[in-house]
Amino acid sequence: MGATLEIRNLHVSIDGAPILKGVDLVLKQGETHALMGPNGSGKSTLAYALMGHPSYQVDAGQVIFNGADVLELEPDERSRMGIFLAFQYPVSVPGVTVANFLRSGINARRKAENPDDPGISIPEFRRLLKQKMDLLGIDHKFAGRYLNEGFSGGEKKRNEVLQLATLEPLIGILDETDSGLDIDALRIVAEGVNKLKGPGLGILVITHYKRMLEYLQPEYVHLMMDGRIVESGGPELAQTVEDHGYAPFFEKFGLEATEE
Amino acid sequence: MPKELTAQEESLREINAEYLEKYGFHDPEDFYALKSEPGLSEEVVRRISALKGEPEWMTEFRVKSYHAFMKKPLPTWGANLGDIDFAKIHYYVKATEKQEHDWDDVPPDIKRTFDRLGIPEAEQKFLSGVGAQYESEVVYHKIREDLEAQGVIFLDMDSALREHPDLVKEYFGTVIPYNDNKFAALNSSVWSGGSFIYVPPGVHVELPLQAYFRINTENMGQFERTLIIVDEGAFVHYVEGCTAPIWSTDSLHSAVVEIIVKEGGRCRYTTIQNWSNNVYNLVTKRAIAYKNGTMEWVDANLGSKVTMKYPAVYLLEPGAHGEILSIAFAGDGQHQDAGGKVVHVAPDTTSRIISKSISKDTGRGSYRGLLKAHKGARNIRSNVVCDALLLNPEARSDTYPYIEIEEDDVTVGHEASVSKVGEEQLFYLMSRGLNEAEANAMIVNGFIEPLTKELPAEFSLELRRLIEIQLEGSIG
Repeated sequence: MGATLEIRNLHVSIDGAPILKGVDLVLKQGETHALMGPNGSGKSTLAYALMGHPSYQVDAGQVIFNGADVLELEPDERSRMGIFLAFQYPVSVPGVTVANFLRSGINARRKAENPDDPGISIPEFRRLLKQKMDLLGIDHKFAGRYLNEGFSGGEKKRNEVLQLATLEPLIGILDETDSGLDIDALRIVAEGVNKLKGPGLGILVITHYKRMLEYLQPEYVHLMMDGRIVESGGPELAQTVEDHGYAPFFEKFGLEATEE
Repeated sequence: MPKELTAQEESLREINAEYLEKYGFHDPEDFYALKSEPGLSEEVVRRISALKGEPEWMTEFRVKSYHAFMKKPLPTWGANLGDIDFAKIHYYVKATEKQEHDWDDVPPDIKRTFDRLGIPEAEQKFLSGVGAQYESEVVYHKIREDLEAQGVIFLDMDSALREHPDLVKEYFGTVIPYNDNKFAALNSSVWSGGSFIYVPPGVHVELPLQAYFRINTENMGQFERTLIIVDEGAFVHYVEGCTAPIWSTDSLHSAVVEIIVKEGGRCRYTTIQNWSNNVYNLVTKRAIAYKNGTMEWVDANLGSKVTMKYPAVYLLEPGAHGEILSIAFAGDGQHQDAGGKVVHVAPDTTSRIISKSISKDTGRGSYRGLLKAHKGARNIRSNVVCDALLLNPEARSDTYPYIEIEEDDVTVGHEASVSKVGEEQLFYLMSRGLNEAEANAMIVNGFIEPLTKELPAEFSLELRRLIEIQLEGSIG
């Protein structure tokens, strides 16, 4: 049995304004789900709330992961359980190299499992990181750069995917990992994620674009509007959105389009 | 006298808990050779000099310094010094009768202290020589024989005065006059211990020389005096470290450090200051650099209650270069008033000041810097960068950059920034599995990385470890 992330009737607000109004979703290790929806519908809020961002207030509902109540846990505990969020806008951390950051992430995991763990050795870590960088076609020099500092949009997203590859979570949430990328950068990033797909990883990819989905071939597609998942289906749902936009759905569910 | 603790004292305690385990212990004093009564007078000053069997000129130097100290008012422009009770301080405390050159001969309690601080081990591994000062006197001193054979002198200041009186007399008090400021005057009147270094022309001391200063007793005043002379084309890296036990009353550390870098010489002076949070650390450090000489101060201030310290470089002849890399960490209730001073006296001189201050909880980090160019100091270049990092909204940072340029033909850059550890940065790092303390430490270490990468690996590691201890203090 693989790990399961189960979201039940999740209500989340920011500064008192309700954003998520009852989200239900079940995501299993090995599955790929796409979450689509217009701006302001709550997709990124769901991603942040799942990771435990302190500004997102959970008002009701549950998130169960492997039998544990995720909402009780700090972001670092969620991460060490195997939940990963690829950020849409990763922040820069001056003076901290990509390699140092990733090594600390790995060691935090190992220490959580066994407090006496001395951490990954430097040669072992170098091997691992090289292997992951090669898999994703990333220049080895990348490891020595300061985290997201002066990175182009594409580099930031590739760095998120490199972290996903190196930390090997059970569930990866990709928050608009395709946004702001040109066609070539999108292809590189999507191919990278594609290589990580497999029975060990459940993916929730948040996107506006069908192009990303053509690479990732999700089995499930969900449509979020006004803080709820209003429709779920297979790849054909993404095709409908691509062909007709969200307008027919606003009409169907009696909603008004809002700007973020 | 039990009393209610304020919230600030409470959180100081928390920080101290970790410090206590590693550095804050203290030894019993039953073996002490001598401890002066608290308080200062001309008589105390004369007695210290007599005990040390000093030449007449030094006794007179001390006495006139004492009078200068008494006359000068407390500085009011920096940190709050109004709570220092000068009458309660022991100005001279001697733990052992004599100085040893073999750790096995050092009294067991003191030896254990320095073992716990890792000094003998470091001496074996990566140092050229070590001086260990305990209270007022240096209890252990040794330099590698090959350096001694090359004419390098590395002694405690008292021994140097006995063994090289002419050399000491020629330079002592020439870079920092006895009446330079109130605390330099105090040091000049009651100084004891510290290091004397002379590096002959052309000699490069590859591995650092280290001095370690330890305060053990309560209400202690430690006043070491250091004089370094780097002769033509020579090089030395001197490193000092310091700690003290945690007492409920305040101690005073007031050092004077004078450095002379002659033509083409280079001196690097690294401080890793880690006093406990009951120590007033009021230090005067100044170097003069002659033609093509280079002086580098690497000044890391972590502990203490209040620190006021602005290492200075006077660039006296063309081609001289001065560099001040300052790191200050102000934890809860601490005030680090630190920075640097560069004075371009001669043309064609260059300098660089980089200051990084970190403030946490109610800590206050102040950058105070002076960049001065005398008239006629043409074609000088200087760059000043001071960055502050605030770990929480209550933390405070101030910048006092003074620039006095009396010459037109100069290139001066000045940048200052204040950044806050944002919720987004913390969340990002925590989302990768780091807990809050680890994430904070990572951000802080990244912030000071431009400075730590300039240090030898052992010291940058030590510095990072000390910062992590400070960060763990009040979290959790």
